[in-house]
Amino acid sequence: MRRFGPLLGLLAISAILSFLSPYFLTFDNLINVFRQSSVNALLALGQLLVIITAGIDLSVGSILGLSCVLVAMMLKAGVPAPVCIAAAIAIGAALGMTNGLLLTKLRLPHPFIPTLGMMNVARGLAFVISGGFPISELPNDFRFWGAGTIAYIPVPVILVVAVYAIFHIFLTRTTLGRDVYAIGGNKQAAIFSGIPVDRRLTMVYALSGGLAAVGAIALAGRLNSGFPLAGDGAELDSIAAVIIGGASFFGGLGTVWGTLIGALIMGVLRNGLTLLNVSPNWQKVVIGVVIVAAVWIDVLRQRTRKRESVHK
Amino acid sequence: MDSILRMEHITKSFSGITVLDDVSFDVCAGEVHALIGENGAGKSTLMKIVTGGYQADSGRVFWKGRPVEIKTPHQAHELGINIVHQELMLVPQLSIGENVFLGRHLVGSGTLRWVKWGDINEQASSLLKGLGHPLDPRRQVGELSIAEQQLVEIARALAFNAELIIMDEPTSPLSEHETKRLFQTILQLKERDVGVVYISHRLKEIHQVSDRVTVLRDGRHVVTRPIKETTIENLVRHMVGREISEQFSERRSRKPGEEALRVEGLTASGKFSDISFSVRQGEIVGLAGLVGAGRTELVETLFGASEAEAGKVYLDGQLVRIKTPTDAVRHRLALVADDRKAKGLVLGASVRFNVALAAPRKSARYGIFLNASREREVAWQLTRELHLKTAGVEQQVMYLSGGGQQKVVLAKWLSAESKVFLLDEPTRGIDVGSKAEIYTFVRRLADSGVAILLVSSELEEILHLADRILVMHRGRITGELPREGATEELIMQLATGGAVH
Repeated sequence: MRRFGPLLGLLAISAILSFLSPYFLTFDNLINVFRQSSVNALLALGQLLVIITAGIDLSVGSILGLSCVLVAMMLKAGVPAPVCIAAAIAIGAALGMTNGLLLTKLRLPHPFIPTLGMMNVARGLAFVISGGFPISELPNDFRFWGAGTIAYIPVPVILVVAVYAIFHIFLTRTTLGRDVYAIGGNKQAAIFSGIPVDRRLTMVYALSGGLAAVGAIALAGRLNSGFPLAGDGAELDSIAAVIIGGASFFGGLGTVWGTLIGALIMGVLRNGLTLLNVSPNWQKVVIGVVIVAAVWIDVLRQRTRKRESVHK
Repeated sequence: MDSILRMEHITKSFSGITVLDDVSFDVCAGEVHALIGENGAGKSTLMKIVTGGYQADSGRVFWKGRPVEIKTPHQAHELGINIVHQELMLVPQLSIGENVFLGRHLVGSGTLRWVKWGDINEQASSLLKGLGHPLDPRRQVGELSIAEQQLVEIARALAFNAELIIMDEPTSPLSEHETKRLFQTILQLKERDVGVVYISHRLKEIHQVSDRVTVLRDGRHVVTRPIKETTIENLVRHMVGREISEQFSERRSRKPGEEALRVEGLTASGKFSDISFSVRQGEIVGLAGLVGAGRTELVETLFGASEAEAGKVYLDGQLVRIKTPTDAVRHRLALVADDRKAKGLVLGASVRFNVALAAPRKSARYGIFLNASREREVAWQLTRELHLKTAGVEQQVMYLSGGGQQKVVLAKWLSAESKVFLLDEPTRGIDVGSKAEIYTFVRRLADSGVAILLVSSELEEILHLADRILVMHRGRITGELPREGATEELIMQLATGGAVH
């Protein structure tokens, strides 16, 4: 049930929206939903890894913003697009790794602290470096990654599918992914079983930072601009997608599949409500309600499951 | 002398297991009454009945001659009964004065009921001075030593007009000097006509501080006597309950192999010091001692979970540096920790997941890609070997019994192909059937050439399994006994700080 709950939710919301708006269930609109969800989906994937370890990463939105600015500036300086992309991902991963090292080496009490710090540092640097102005008119071979299509499918959507497939294998089929679940399931037991917990945590935060930079490339490409406010508040959207997707804040639970559905639920809601002319302010209200409702339904499900298992 | 507290024919059982059976106990004003017994003898349960933690199933409690029913800790406080816990119950961020009056601050009579800090500090100060320790009541409790914090707890009890104070193992965290000062404080309490129940494993100290002693064993009252009429030897005999220890026959004499683990001068201050011993392949070495002697700290330090300040560890004759559990597992060391739920298992995950926890690379392709069918096979085979009853290897371990969970922990280390096993209370909280299976398994493990260090507070278990027995007392190894000639009494004497004659 934990597995299919988010999917059923997505289908129910889509059914209602297609009933309310004739434009919702059209090929163009659905492609649009996928494209709009792709940046949040990339951030949410990193956030998922962190949340499985019972952590939280508040810095992904700001790392995205800083990466946007850096990649745009490098492109403007004439650096070839592939080099810019590789450099941006490396910088994002390095910032994420810094979160992990601050957490594990300085023994900060909770990941909230280093990532809150990084959230401010990265955002501040994005403004300092850019002088507060957007950097527009990026080269076409770069824009391809955010605005291009292959056989009608937007490139960022293909990117999401590819990255999600890789991380699905990473989490479910590799020893490293196993360690990530073990740490979230019981950190103490993971330590006492010889898992190098500090190293794994550092890796998880580095991956989260790197994925935020991948999101930055998709976003800058789509908007043809690197602007310092990019990804403002995106960390909370990514957390929402992960939680709606059935992961537990207490760690040890959560799937790549569920997180994808969570990101799509958020995208579908935003898109559908816009089609229905609901103002962005009311959209916030709806999304807030959905987040709480999703977790509440999960709590109810677990309660019944516990009751069932007691009766067994 | 009249008793302030009298308990008559107290019986208490939990889910069919009797933990107190017709126990009577009393304390007089100004008396120190020691309460002793092995772990699990019923001391804590009896005191929880006095302090409102549990209700007795039958029997009566009298407070100053009047029958009372103490239903809550609050009610116990109101009567004047206080307990100074093993783990101190203070708020470290607050001052001494605030802690002493916590929960009932002295307040003014106006509508605003301002807290009267002046009065609080003055009264706290005079209470502490009365106990012979003038501390500044404005100091933060978190900065104080354990001994000083204990004092604050005692002052707190007096501020609540305590007439009976229960001290549960008060000296276990204290140095010898601090212990002496605590005894002076206890003398002060006696002069104020406060009754003291003194729970301790340290028989020498009991002789120094108490007036009477009561021994419990297996939930029964064994004896109550003035302390002057007892000796350490006969108290031990009362605690253990047998004159001669049982003989054990079925351990065949194996030839132990090469030395697998050697420890030299291992020290971690405040926990244990200058620990040296060795374990050979195929040998089971028991590590006996009382709770708090430093045994868990020792095995966890060996395993790299906490740091040692000095000392050397050799595995198969090679000097090794184990700084983290990851190093330990790489050196094929296994720790079956004292708290399997906290340190051994991911409860929400499957048996298969947990069995592979310590060495997922063993079953993986190219050391990185998990091989579920291989994992399933390994888990299935090990659970069969250990007679684990499950609904299959995909069952979540949280639904297994305590014994079942412990078998999963053992399977985890077997699948990691560990060569040295550190077992810390391996049968704690486990039903009798699983216990016997674990004993058989531990012996088979030793027969296969694995070196085993067995920490246990159950003397029978140690005598039953160990080839050699080390005894720890207050962080030091106080003796080594060969299997032949080791008795519960000898172990208890070493474990309580008495010398072996």
